[in-house]
Amino acid sequence: MRKFIVRRLLQIVPTLFFVLLTVFFLMKLIPGDPAAVLLGPGARAQDIERFRAELGLDQPVFTQFALYLKRVFTGNFGKSLIYKQDVISLILERLPTTLLLSVSALFIASIIGIPAGILAATKHDSFVDFSITILSLVGISVPIFWFGMILIIVFALQLGWLPAVGIGSISNGLWDVIKHIILPSTALGIQSMGIITRFTRSSMLEVLRQDYVRTAMAKGLKNRLVLYNHALRNALVPIVTVIGLQLGTLLAGAVLTETVFALPGLGKLMIDAILRRDFLLVQGEVLVIAFIYILVNFIVDTLYAFLNPKIRVAYGGSQ
Amino acid sequence: MRAAQFFRRLLRSKQAAVGLFVILVILVLALFSPLIATHEVEDMDFMHIFALPGEGGHLFGTDDYGRDLFSRLVYGSRVSLMVGIVAVGIGSLLGTIIGVIAGFFGGLVDSIIMRIMDALLSFPYVLLAIAMMAVLGPGLFNAMLAIGIVMIPSFSRVVRSAVMTYRNEEFVTAARLMGGSGLWVIMFHILPNIIPTIIIYASLNFAGAIISEATLSFLGLGIQPPTPSWGSMLSEAKNYLQTAPNMAIFPGIAILVSCLGFNLLGDGLRDVLDPRLRS
Repeated sequence: MRKFIVRRLLQIVPTLFFVLLTVFFLMKLIPGDPAAVLLGPGARAQDIERFRAELGLDQPVFTQFALYLKRVFTGNFGKSLIYKQDVISLILERLPTTLLLSVSALFIASIIGIPAGILAATKHDSFVDFSITILSLVGISVPIFWFGMILIIVFALQLGWLPAVGIGSISNGLWDVIKHIILPSTALGIQSMGIITRFTRSSMLEVLRQDYVRTAMAKGLKNRLVLYNHALRNALVPIVTVIGLQLGTLLAGAVLTETVFALPGLGKLMIDAILRRDFLLVQGEVLVIAFIYILVNFIVDTLYAFLNPKIRVAYGGSQ
Repeated sequence: MRAAQFFRRLLRSKQAAVGLFVILVILVLALFSPLIATHEVEDMDFMHIFALPGEGGHLFGTDDYGRDLFSRLVYGSRVSLMVGIVAVGIGSLLGTIIGVIAGFFGGLVDSIIMRIMDALLSFPYVLLAIAMMAVLGPGLFNAMLAIGIVMIPSFSRVVRSAVMTYRNEEFVTAARLMGGSGLWVIMFHILPNIIPTIIIYASLNFAGAIISEATLSFLGLGIQPPTPSWGSMLSEAKNYLQTAPNMAIFPGIAILVSCLGFNLLGDGLRDVLDPRLRS
């Protein structure tokens, strides 16, 4: 297992490199004089000149890339046009909100989605199965931002149970934060919940048809034991992959949810930055979100190998 | 399987029949929009701004400019269908090719391909789509292209893990030992087994494409006004949630129902196409 982890860690290096390369070239695609565009319309000529030298725009492209790598690895993402602050400090300020939102959404989605999928598979072709299937499809088919609006109308404006906007404050107690995060994370998690339910159900159905499950049943093992020890362990392999892929989607979906619920996270910062052409802020956010996602991918792959001995062995890892 | 037999099996599933019906309705709306719409989409009825459903001869009411919501919804179906077809076409074709190559050959090929896919997956799709729009300029075609390309990495990842589970199976080894070339084994032994996976994922993605278009337009980055799309209608609606909830409710339901239709059909197709489920 250690061999697998080391190998997978080494694979992160080229992925990081591709991400940095892609962002570098994306920034090059911005039309116009990059130094002038990055500093905004109000910049003075001498500032533009100094910034151009700092970016190395008069140097060959390799040197420019090297300078860019150096800036990224020293955490120097430049200053934001809108906020007149260091990009990195702006991001670190907003990151906790987005992470809290995404992780809560994934938590809600998994804790409801996996059991619902198992229930549907074990009651295959029953009314329960049919209802769960239809509900999970509705979940997948709902636009997050629309569902958010409906949640606000029903639970905040009509019933008055939960607050419509804002993130609350930990100084008012944990409940204040939870209260504020319930609606946005439910809105954000609804699609993932549907996807996780569907995959759990089909993965379980697939496994429950296998010979070894029939053998285990024939041996007289208890249903529950077969379900959890034989079936679920194998069915979990694709489910873990799907859940892992969801976190990236959720980080992106946070943009929409934060817009609807007016949450002070990365998503809202990003949309503001894009609409007001604050490219250095956009670049910084893209890189930070990509780094987080690569880390999550690594954890998902390790879990995937841990859960499936077949793959563990095929990839040269020891038992 | 002959076509007639296939359709008979498909329609036997209630889910698939409902899904197919919904898709047919959308198709009819899109093809015959000028005949079905009761008003011109850009006509403003200043006597009936924010009309409630049924008021002033407007079936679903009107928006902040007094434009007929029903007619705009009908024309909006064209955008959603187009985006779905083109984007899923791009995403599933390229994603399957890449996923099969990576999963089948493994080793260095797999590592290189999947690292590039990981890098692409490391971008939130909204951002990648925006970056492409910035280069290509906004519009319907670029939205379809962006949504399609964004689908490729996750598609190839799912196809790859499906291929990997079959790669070490005995029937694949047998086919190779009988002298089957790599391409032969992929086409006739591995691909038929992963088709259900591709279909269920394509069905999810068709619905996903409709939602993605709505998302881009909702953020003001996709279809530009005054062309009606369900996403841009919701974007206008968000400022009038209290005054005119009908502006938000109807386009949202249109997106929900059409996505549900494609998902239901996908499920039905799966039941028909996966021989192991049929027994």
